[in-house]
Amino acid sequence: MNNLEIKVCMGTGGIAAGGTDVLSAFDSALKERSIPAELQMGCSMHKVGCRGLCAKDVLVDVLIDDSRTTYQYIKPEMVQRIVDEHIVGGNPVSEWLVKEDYHNFHEKQIKVVLSDCGNIDPEDINSYISVGGYKATEKVFATMKPEDVIAEIKKSGLRGRGGAGFPTGVKWEACRGVQPNLQMGQKYIICNADEGDPGAFMDRAVIEGNPHAVIEGMVIGAYAIGASKGYVYIRAEYPLAVERLKLAIAAARERRFIGKNILDSGFDFDIKIKLGAGAFVCGEETALIASIEGQRGMPRAKPPFPVYQGLWGKPTVINNVETLANIPYIIVKGADWFSSYGTEKSKGTKVFALTGKVKNTGLIEVPMGITLKEIIYDIGGGIENDKKLKAVQTGGPSGGCITPDMLDINVDYESLAKVGSIVGSGGMIVLDEDDCMVNVAKYFLSFTQAESCGKCVPCRIGTKRLLEILNRITKGKGKEDDIELLLKLGSDVKSASLCGLGQTAPNPVLSTIKYFREEYEAHLQGKCPAKVCRDLLTYSIIEEFCKGCGACLRACPAGAITGEKKQPHKIAPEICVKCGACFDVCKFKAVGRE
Amino acid sequence: MLKVTIDGKTIEVPAGTTVLDAAKMLDIPIPTLCHHPKLTPFGGCRLCIVEIKGIPRPVTSCTTPVSDNMEVTTSTPQIEDLRKTVLELILSDHPNDCMVCEKAGDCTLQELAYFYGIRENRFAGERRIYTKKDGNPFLERDMEKCILCGRCVKVCDEVQGVGAIDFTYRGFKSKICPPYEKDLDCEFCGQCVAVCPTGALTGKQWAHKGRQKDIKEIDTICPYCGTGCNITLHVSRNEVIRVTSKEDTWNEGWLCVKGRFGYKFINSPDRLKKPLIKKNGKFEEASWDEALDYIATRLNEIKAKHGADAIGGLSSARCTNEENYLFQKLIRAAIGTNNIDHCARL
Ligand SMILES: Cc1cc2nc3c(=O)[nH]c(=O)nc-3n(C[C@H](O)[C@H](O)[C@H](O)COP(=O)(O)O)c2cc1C
Ligand code: SF4
Ligand code: SF4
Repeated sequence: MNNLEIKVCMGTGGIAAGGTDVLSAFDSALKERSIPAELQMGCSMHKVGCRGLCAKDVLVDVLIDDSRTTYQYIKPEMVQRIVDEHIVGGNPVSEWLVKEDYHNFHEKQIKVVLSDCGNIDPEDINSYISVGGYKATEKVFATMKPEDVIAEIKKSGLRGRGGAGFPTGVKWEACRGVQPNLQMGQKYIICNADEGDPGAFMDRAVIEGNPHAVIEGMVIGAYAIGASKGYVYIRAEYPLAVERLKLAIAAARERRFIGKNILDSGFDFDIKIKLGAGAFVCGEETALIASIEGQRGMPRAKPPFPVYQGLWGKPTVINNVETLANIPYIIVKGADWFSSYGTEKSKGTKVFALTGKVKNTGLIEVPMGITLKEIIYDIGGGIENDKKLKAVQTGGPSGGCITPDMLDINVDYESLAKVGSIVGSGGMIVLDEDDCMVNVAKYFLSFTQAESCGKCVPCRIGTKRLLEILNRITKGKGKEDDIELLLKLGSDVKSASLCGLGQTAPNPVLSTIKYFREEYEAHLQGKCPAKVCRDLLTYSIIEEFCKGCGACLRACPAGAITGEKKQPHKIAPEICVKCGACFDVCKFKAVGRE
Repeated sequence: MLKVTIDGKTIEVPAGTTVLDAAKMLDIPIPTLCHHPKLTPFGGCRLCIVEIKGIPRPVTSCTTPVSDNMEVTTSTPQIEDLRKTVLELILSDHPNDCMVCEKAGDCTLQELAYFYGIRENRFAGERRIYTKKDGNPFLERDMEKCILCGRCVKVCDEVQGVGAIDFTYRGFKSKICPPYEKDLDCEFCGQCVAVCPTGALTGKQWAHKGRQKDIKEIDTICPYCGTGCNITLHVSRNEVIRVTSKEDTWNEGWLCVKGRFGYKFINSPDRLKKPLIKKNGKFEEASWDEALDYIATRLNEIKAKHGADAIGGLSSARCTNEENYLFQKLIRAAIGTNNIDHCARL
């Protein structure tokens, strides 16, 4: 044994689970122990970015002479034993090792963007370089003209991962083509790291795990379009990502991968970070530009498109984090390699945030065109508690639902659009029989409604009205024609709104009505089939099951339950606040919920 | 020049012309609320949506530049239906108290509601409720009536260069207000009042003096300074109750606080209508002949006794250039001193 490497997962998830303490526990345990001298020479410890399965954090890799052992749920107090038994003793602590599901989770994934996340130390540029980092930049400056870069990206078929799926090479070509003399020379490239969709954390994980890939993508893009300045617009709620990005930019500048006269090519390009204040709409490109310019983040009508008139009126390319992180891999491994993954029109891989009622939640990267079934059952390990799958919501607040009978659908831009959903930025929420679809629609609407920039009427007032209608439906106060009204208003808001936010905000409502209309109708009849909507539930005690133990009586915060010991209890409906505490606490299933 | 066909009529327009402006040239009406010809396009009210061949969704004509051989349809059943929904949404969040609103009869929103026959509202729901709290003497800001067209924000920024107000908050709670919702603290030029298409912004002095109906409009020139802006006095019952300025004048309808709000002196009972001469420590009315004679005599006496430099003349910005010229001539040539100044330095 002459090489020991310990990798502790320190993405936001890893740190929240105690990654920092685990790392320092290893540090002191190894110092305390008399580790063989030759081992100490080759010993290194790294914080690495997220590797997807955050639910099992803190994840720790122990690599002894390149043979990898992975532990899950590691706490600082477990470190001593790993050092004693495994590192010194040579026997891995078998009960703490990751199980089969960890391997299944990774097996069907194909990692391009995330290939180095969780493996390299994001705070150390050498770690990135050691796995081939900045080779793409070197290659571009040594052997490629800007037009060659554009041709390669076009050939790869890469499409924007920020939601709209616009071909990246085409966007770059358009921007390159804008006459520089008319535009006073200056062009910009902006990395969109705003990531405001609820439940999405793909871009955060990429920047936290491998910030240099994004920087490389920006440099190459800048060279291709002829931009000398770049911005990363990143939300301030991502402090770790911001910190790592800052370190990475400084390190890249020191190594002359950015800055003046990059790698003696004569090309200048530098990057600034601009913090966003957490408005969803600032992810929309024209609003993002306004925000960088110091104005209120409100979208404006297109045309003119940013490639012609963007930041400060200059030609500007805006690309998503994941889009940019694909670039260096495409340049090094070639367009053909990239386009060997995916379907005819959707090439490469896509990162999804798999959440909801699946066993393995986390970040996954899959080839475009993989079936939804493979994602949910092979990678996700199936539905939690083996309940019944009800729907998969993709595309977050702009997306729609896919029903279990469509599980064989290929996950790519075209196929999802065909069934009324979208790939979007990559949110994927699995819903089971306990989820109420009206409530799901209400959840997304309450988000978009609050995040509307207020500029245009259909979005500002229309989404509010949609939400009000949903609210009254879930309260049992729906009117007979409310479903029709939702459909009508939803479609008008889509047609009449200015930007993508309003144009897609009604999607969760329209798609749940399309596939789960009977649930809406049940609510109008005063029933919530999934038993989620509080106002439609009544709690009562089933006398023959009640043992009179008084647990419910003690749990009820409203004092709605009365009863003598050992006698059946009673709930007074006029006092009951429908919190469900009695239902949860009763061991004898004597509380009924209807 | 670019060729564009709108509702079957064709016209050539210079590059950069918007579809809305091209339609205007063809006398084709398109409803608007947030658009103002002197301000940058906004595209917020969505009323000016049109169909353009080759573009799958409706687009706002105020923001879309004409491209060559474009084919535009300004009115289809779907477009009118969308416009109606938009108007209904606006009115679902409006006090709808036209009965007592200062702006009734001169309000674009009211006009459109009438035109589209909106009575019942399918979307009735929560309305924004705000307390009025502005302490300033000039502008009444009733933000419940605000439709967030953004015109006031833009005129303040683009024309006046002040930027006293902006959009704040998000979603349904969006609101136009000064920073931190403080009281307005600005020049009070009232340009925002002039461009507001609803009753959200009005002049405090206008209240209950008479609405636009039955008002006599008298075009004249603002007397306050040498700029000479065109103004229009709104007269009701022999009283000037409001001052506005028309857009097709050289000052393009823009005014300052004095021109717009400083008209109260006209009907003030304290206003001097005859010369006064102080006799025995008290001002007494006199005739113009008497007054001018008195001035001439006294000026001559002072000049004879103390010399011309004991006299000085102070003229007013509210006089014309010619009057100011004559006044300095009088002081310099007739009296013989250079002691002449002008209030515009204030
Ligand atoms: C309301 C709204 C929010 C958006 N948020 C994001 C975002 O957080 N990140 C992102 O990359 N793109 C976002 N987009 C898409 C961007 O406008 C833009 O299409 C994208 O950044 C382009 O990059 P791409 O071509 O690499 O996908 C959003 C769009 C809308 C309408
Ligand atoms: S659609 Fe919504 S977010 Fe987009 S411009 Fe209109 S109000 Fe703003
Ligand atoms: S106050 Fe008037 S001008 Fe300003 S946004 Fe509201 S309606 Fe428009």
